[in-house]
Amino acid sequence: MTASVTKRATGADTPRAGQGGHPDWALHVRGDFPIFSRELDGKPLIYLDSGATSQKPAVVIDAISSYLSEHNANVHRGVYTLAQESDAAYDGARKKVAGFLGADAKTTIFTKNVTEAINLVAYAWGRANVGRGDAVLTTQLEHHANIVPWQQLCRERGAQLRYLEVDERGEVPLDRLDRELARGDVKLAAFTHVSNVLGTILPVAEMTARVRAAGAISLVDGAQAVPHMPVDLGSLGADFYAWTGHKTLGPTGIGVLHGRAEILDRMEPFLTGGDMIASVDFDGASWNELPFKFEAGTPPIAEAVGLGAAVDYLSTLGMQRVRTHERELTGYLLERLREVPGLRFVGPPEPENRGGLVSFTIEGMHAHDIAELADRGGVCIRAGHHCAQPLMRCLGVSATARASVGVYNERGDVDALIDALQAGRRIFELP
Amino acid sequence: MDDLYRDYILDHYKRPRNFGELDPHDMEALEHNPLCGDELGVHIRVKDGRIEDLRFHGHGCAISQASASIASEELVGMPLDRVAELDADWAIELLGIPVSATRRKCALLGLKVVKGAVTGDNSWPVGSE
Repeated sequence: MTASVTKRATGADTPRAGQGGHPDWALHVRGDFPIFSRELDGKPLIYLDSGATSQKPAVVIDAISSYLSEHNANVHRGVYTLAQESDAAYDGARKKVAGFLGADAKTTIFTKNVTEAINLVAYAWGRANVGRGDAVLTTQLEHHANIVPWQQLCRERGAQLRYLEVDERGEVPLDRLDRELARGDVKLAAFTHVSNVLGTILPVAEMTARVRAAGAISLVDGAQAVPHMPVDLGSLGADFYAWTGHKTLGPTGIGVLHGRAEILDRMEPFLTGGDMIASVDFDGASWNELPFKFEAGTPPIAEAVGLGAAVDYLSTLGMQRVRTHERELTGYLLERLREVPGLRFVGPPEPENRGGLVSFTIEGMHAHDIAELADRGGVCIRAGHHCAQPLMRCLGVSATARASVGVYNERGDVDALIDALQAGRRIFELP
Repeated sequence: MDDLYRDYILDHYKRPRNFGELDPHDMEALEHNPLCGDELGVHIRVKDGRIEDLRFHGHGCAISQASASIASEELVGMPLDRVAELDADWAIELLGIPVSATRRKCALLGLKVVKGAVTGDNSWPVGSE
């Protein structure tokens, strides 16, 4: 199967030295991404920071450009041709985005990002349903986006926020969840699908079933899952599921919140103003139907169109193939990182149980210096606390370096990272 | 030779001068680099309006550790009112390497924590500094 759906040929998908031929799991789609025609100091761009944000295929860039140059108008207002085209583009994008996860368009809400999606639930559901004596449960694995909104909610409402402990493998054992739920006070459990630091894939379906059996609501942060593996909301059973466009080959400025209809129907709005109302008079207002009740103001229209193109592109590749490609690449990354003396990685040791990212430290070299030295070889990796400071404290490190893969990465990229790390070790005169 | 990771930078990183605790001390401060979660603290002993002795503690990257270590050699013996007047250029010039915008915070962390301890104002550097 050829996965190339680009209109532009960049010629950037040439095999790299050290790649040793094309394994049959590899996708070979780098040529679909215009940015890889760029060179840095004469070296090809090697991007291993898809956990932070993904690069964009030409089909996404072209879809946004074509929407803005040919159809641009505000949505849900006009009767003229452009306005109708914009309505069709925006609503069509929502259908595509919902369909990508097997969700209903009516319960698929566009937000700014995952942070706003979680805040929507923390404010609109949390403030009405969590009170003194109640608890919110999360895990030690979470990104700040899935911690701070719950801290604020619990502080304001006199509720307790408890964290499920991570074991030495970087996993959250289900019996710990059972013990917490058995205390009988949990109103909402919020957890990540894939850890952005450790790469751990959580057993979401088992967890949401337990949460529901305990009479609580579940929210899953899918930011690191949706771009990288098949996600079927029906089988995951989450009450709320949030993810973001820019990590999923789409633009920044658009996130997605899927919710269960019966819960969304009973909720008050989060942000209020234009577009989210059915009618307004000087004494009050009534709310628009789902999903518009939760989309106040002019929405991110071009961004939705771009995200629609991104999920079309990923569907063409096939998410199972994407997962296989990234799992094999992560296995290769783990294997080659083991060659680097003094390197220690954190998280589950097998690629089967982790998403496409690896966090690591190198004895005698700070994470920021690792990233700086990788950049000398044209390799982009992340360094820092990855917006997960509480987890980093549990791990006993202040910062790690993180390499994360996407559909456009190849084994040669991993080879380039290892070469850069070895060169860095020589500069640091490490034994 | 690498532009950034010069021999003396790596030497100060691996063998930082004036690192450890200093008890008793007259002034102290602790700062975090929000970019990476690194932290750097300082203990200062004062005599006759000058820094008599000083020790840094904490952890960080080669740039922040080397910058603090190199600065510490200049800071011991310096009058407190002179410390209060030190600016970012002083620390960058002392470090002697080209520092990118993102690593500037690392390079200034040592001076930031010392100025915080001496002046009680932890808002430096602000704006274009």
